[in-house]
Amino acid sequence: MTESTREARRFEDTIPQLANVDVPEALHAWIVDRMEMYPDKKSAIIPCLMAAQKTHGWLSPEAVDQVAAVMKLTPAQLVSVATFYDMFELEPSGNRTIYMCTNISCMLRGADQVMEALEEQVGVKNGAVSEDGIFLRNFECLGACDIAPMASVDGQFIGPLTVEDAKTIVEDIRAGREVLATKHLSRRPVAATLWENGGRAEGYDVSEGGEI
Amino acid sequence: MSLSNELLFDNIDEPNLKSIEVYEQRGGYDELKRVLRELPPEAVLNELQASGLRGRGGAGFAMGTKAGFLPKGDMDKYLCCNADESEPGTFKDRELMQKNPHQLIEGMIISSFAAGINKAFIYIRGEYEEQADVLEAATKEAYEKGYLGENILGSGFGVSLVVHRGAGAYICGEETALLDSLEGKRGNPRLKPPFPANAGLFQGPTLINNVETLSNVSHITKMGGLKYAEIGTEKSTGTKLVSISGCVQKPGNYEIDLGTPSREILFDLAGGPLPGREFKAWFPGGSSSPVLTPAEFDLPYDFDSIAAAGSMLGSGAIIMIDDSVSMVDVALRTAKFYKHESCGKCTPCREGTSWTVKMLQRIDDGLATPMDLDIIESVCEQIMGNCLCVLGDAMAMPVSSMVKKFRPEFEAHIEAARLARTPLDDATLADEINLKELAAH
Repeated sequence: MTESTREARRFEDTIPQLANVDVPEALHAWIVDRMEMYPDKKSAIIPCLMAAQKTHGWLSPEAVDQVAAVMKLTPAQLVSVATFYDMFELEPSGNRTIYMCTNISCMLRGADQVMEALEEQVGVKNGAVSEDGIFLRNFECLGACDIAPMASVDGQFIGPLTVEDAKTIVEDIRAGREVLATKHLSRRPVAATLWENGGRAEGYDVSEGGEI
Repeated sequence: MSLSNELLFDNIDEPNLKSIEVYEQRGGYDELKRVLRELPPEAVLNELQASGLRGRGGAGFAMGTKAGFLPKGDMDKYLCCNADESEPGTFKDRELMQKNPHQLIEGMIISSFAAGINKAFIYIRGEYEEQADVLEAATKEAYEKGYLGENILGSGFGVSLVVHRGAGAYICGEETALLDSLEGKRGNPRLKPPFPANAGLFQGPTLINNVETLSNVSHITKMGGLKYAEIGTEKSTGTKLVSISGCVQKPGNYEIDLGTPSREILFDLAGGPLPGREFKAWFPGGSSSPVLTPAEFDLPYDFDSIAAAGSMLGSGAIIMIDDSVSMVDVALRTAKFYKHESCGKCTPCREGTSWTVKMLQRIDDGLATPMDLDIIESVCEQIMGNCLCVLGDAMAMPVSSMVKKFRPEFEAHIEAARLARTPLDDATLADEINLKELAAH
């Protein structure tokens, strides 16, 4: 599709007919279920757009049309919502995502240096996708300042990160391994327990992390 | 010792506490059963009011009073749990949801019962994917056990619960923006009044509370409101989760009694500054709170003491800054965040955050004079109180406090950066700025 037709379709102000749009079965069922959960189906817009984005990798014009056809809303309305939120990708994106937090708490612990190292390892600048499909961008506070500086890799929170970790992260992604296995937030106990044990817990180790 | 893992963090590291089996083994949902069996809704409301529990999301409004604002009568009423935890430095709700989701759900059911609510939602920020997965699994378990849905445990009372994920926007933590977002719109704040208690979600009566607030509810009814009010201080009752981050040795969430001296939190719990460093400044309640200095380390950590010192307890997020960090960097990073997150609806916020960033950048680039500091303060002053919501204030308060309290450092930075520039730099940059401004018009 050319750039101009994409723009024209993206802002289409009529509801696409379901008969003319090929919607993946699973996505179709998911959207129908989701609409049922709310007193007003429009409440399902954001979750449904996210489901379509997960299906297609980004909110392509086709993806938006599919949601519009099932929800019986216009693509224009959906896009007007999507442009407000940071997590919607209206341009082609990668199949793996690194959000690096560079907000205040992470900045204080060296996030800018880790971000530079990530740019070098991924081989692209902030906000771009590498040839092998890794999307790297800095992000506002992700709510995990206890593991600052931290990143979210495909929704998995990891930290505290060192400049050296940047290499491991990218290598793990490229090898299809669990990313930085010893620094998953989900395995971290609450602070009092963790620090009583010198920064170590089962499956999680930042024993040098107190003095990063 | 000031640590108090007595309520919200009780058993928090128990393996698989997030499953309904372990939660029930620990006495979970017993309180819901007792409430439905023994107490009328008014009695639950009375306990909440007697507890003095203040909202843990930032504003600190009395939770029981707010629940009492909802009109009585038979109609659709809504509960929205605000889990859009996005204030920089705040990460307590994340830990509660990830490790003990049923404590929140039980609190939501009891609160709904008290206020006659029949439809509940958890609005969780989109970035919290793992936590939303945990909540969805927990919700499903609670439905299967009959704690959610119609006619809960044969009581005749029913409430539904939906976990709703956002998609990345700080402003959606503002309660009316949250409602718009939950209705499937852009997250712009609404004009108040009407307040959500009268016309909130889908224009129905709506109660909006933070995760930590709602997680307290089952503990309050269990121990009794008056007993709960004995914890903490007279006007800041109960325990509080503090999220400590930045330049400290032991960052993390700690549960403390409100009113604990700040020094104990910062040094005994968080381990003090990093080796060889000294604290220089601190945000006591998230990046939107005016900064305090080491002179204020002896303040009791509660709503009123921090407010009396000219700042706010906010969400309970303490960010520590040490002597290796430039306050200009801190101010610039803080201002950039709020500029990015301003929804653009109100002019003072949209323009004010943008110009403050430009002026701070100019300071960093060596193109400012000390007069710019006065202009920054004046811009901040004109944002405050002049918008539909407090996002603009959230930038203006910390930035102006930094300029006021660290003015000599800002002035030294202006001078040093200015001296570091050559006349050629200046000419080139001035050209660039002129070109950019021409292009913008």
